[in-house]
Amino acid sequence: MTRYTYSSYPYRKPPELDGGSHPAVPVIIVGAGPVGLAAAIDLALHDIRTVVLDDNDVVSVGSRAICWSKRSLEIFDRLGVGERMVDKGITWKVGRLFHRDREVYSFDLQEEPGHKMPAFINLQQYHVEQFLVERALEFPDLIDIRWKNRVTGIEQQPSCVRLAIETPDGAYTLESRYALACDGANSSIRGMMGLDFDGRAFEEHFLIADIEMDADLSNERLFWFEPTFHSGQSALLHKQPDNIYRIDLQLGPDADPAEERKPERVTPRVSAMLGGRPFEIDWVSVYTFQCRRMKAFVHDRIIFAGDSAHVVSPFGARGGNSGIQDIDNLCWKLAAVLLGRASRDLLKSYDEERCHGADENILHSSRSTSFMTPKSKTERLFRDAVLHLAGEMPFARRLVNSGRLSEPCSLTHRGLQRGQDMASGRLPPGTPCPDAPVETARSSDDWLLGHLGGEFRILHQPDGIGSEAHLPSKLPALIVGRDLKDREGLLRQRYALEAGVTYLVRPDQHIAAAWNRADAGRILDALELAGGQA
Amino acid sequence: MSRLRTDDGFAGKSDEFYAMLIDAHDGLDDEQSEALNARLLLLLANQIGDLDTLREAIETAGRTG
Repeated sequence: MTRYTYSSYPYRKPPELDGGSHPAVPVIIVGAGPVGLAAAIDLALHDIRTVVLDDNDVVSVGSRAICWSKRSLEIFDRLGVGERMVDKGITWKVGRLFHRDREVYSFDLQEEPGHKMPAFINLQQYHVEQFLVERALEFPDLIDIRWKNRVTGIEQQPSCVRLAIETPDGAYTLESRYALACDGANSSIRGMMGLDFDGRAFEEHFLIADIEMDADLSNERLFWFEPTFHSGQSALLHKQPDNIYRIDLQLGPDADPAEERKPERVTPRVSAMLGGRPFEIDWVSVYTFQCRRMKAFVHDRIIFAGDSAHVVSPFGARGGNSGIQDIDNLCWKLAAVLLGRASRDLLKSYDEERCHGADENILHSSRSTSFMTPKSKTERLFRDAVLHLAGEMPFARRLVNSGRLSEPCSLTHRGLQRGQDMASGRLPPGTPCPDAPVETARSSDDWLLGHLGGEFRILHQPDGIGSEAHLPSKLPALIVGRDLKDREGLLRQRYALEAGVTYLVRPDQHIAAAWNRADAGRILDALELAGGQA
Repeated sequence: MSRLRTDDGFAGKSDEFYAMLIDAHDGLDDEQSEALNARLLLLLANQIGDLDTLREAIETAGRTG
């Protein structure tokens, strides 16, 4: 049996219930899912203490978010769990698309070589959460995870947030300077605050199932439009670790969720798809999906991240991945505010930059959904015409939309990038930093991104006649040739490095500013504009 | 010699085009949609103009159904 064994984490009586006074904590995180746990770890890396509250005491039941993108893995790597996730996960890059029984085309996500992280892995959310919990436990003085602590009330004061919390031993209150609501799509914090969550709900029902099967199917994403084995309009099969396969079947708008969840309904559907292979059902869910977001993610001292702030359909892997990107964007800013290095205004840029990310995800997700669930005769006519042309006409393959897979969001011209110095021919401010193979004192087989992030940093290509001397001495710098060697010439290529080129890189591994010729004054001005302090 | 373009002509914006096309039919009944499609096809055919290309397009459309 390879199936995941759920073990519960120990509930402990909160110290507040034992009387005595307890100092306020800087940040309370509501929700110990991937987003909340990533936030706790990221803040711990900035020496910020957090209490994480979760109403449950186990990891995610069912695989839920399974598909983690390269950008998320790079963030997880910065948090110290990326390699473990890649080792456990199923790395995949090929997708095959079928119309009825005919393969229309396949795609290969294998991007150029020379990145530490693969394009995508599949890894069940319960593994991701377990790895994050175990990483969080490595910060016993900074992260206090409290299982079976349910938030029942939240109120904002001018200088703090006060939460009412229920536990098996009774109720208590806890104060913090900020609270992060990472409590998922049905966020109770959002509900208690009566905040909006506008957008669209789609009527189509989908059956999602994890099945255990002793079959060595290839690591490919298989997607069918109008499969002959299933009367609905689409089907998806994706491999996960431990012989678990994800199946997603479109059921139509009239399906009865309670009926469709029953094993006697699920088994024949899956059997038809798998052509008689023996299998066991591990987890089943029937869902309809929605594309919604809050108007604002920052509400004074209460900040929303992940599904509590925005939801999309699952096709495209834009849910879990966007939540991790929220945390990457938010935590260095929150840490700077809490450490007195930046004003609270810096948090507005989280709102702007990540609302933009959410809009991008909602746009792609809505289009995929429309393609997969045509609502009128004409829409269906065009959808089918695209599928019929796609076998022979490469242009039509680009129109087939079974989910546009998550890509890192560019922040160019937005938020902190507005008014920043840019250099012609170089990466524009707001670009997520591409990785590159480098050689460092740490390893001859090292990667650039392991040396960027966490704090503001300069990446500089010396001009050979002393350009390094013009860099501000107070800011950490990576000097090409001194601190790292460009193993394969890919660093030069990806960053368009030429003699004298300088980048200022944000703590979340995005370009903050770029110069063909920099001097300390301009770099420090750019640093200030980007919310940093030397 | 083949004139009909088979590779992506939307310069990476095929999803935008598709959304534009579907949105154009929003609120129309089937008959109005068919009429819109006919007008659209005539406009685009005129834009192409070249009869060999159009003949090839007609043949391809007829074959791939």
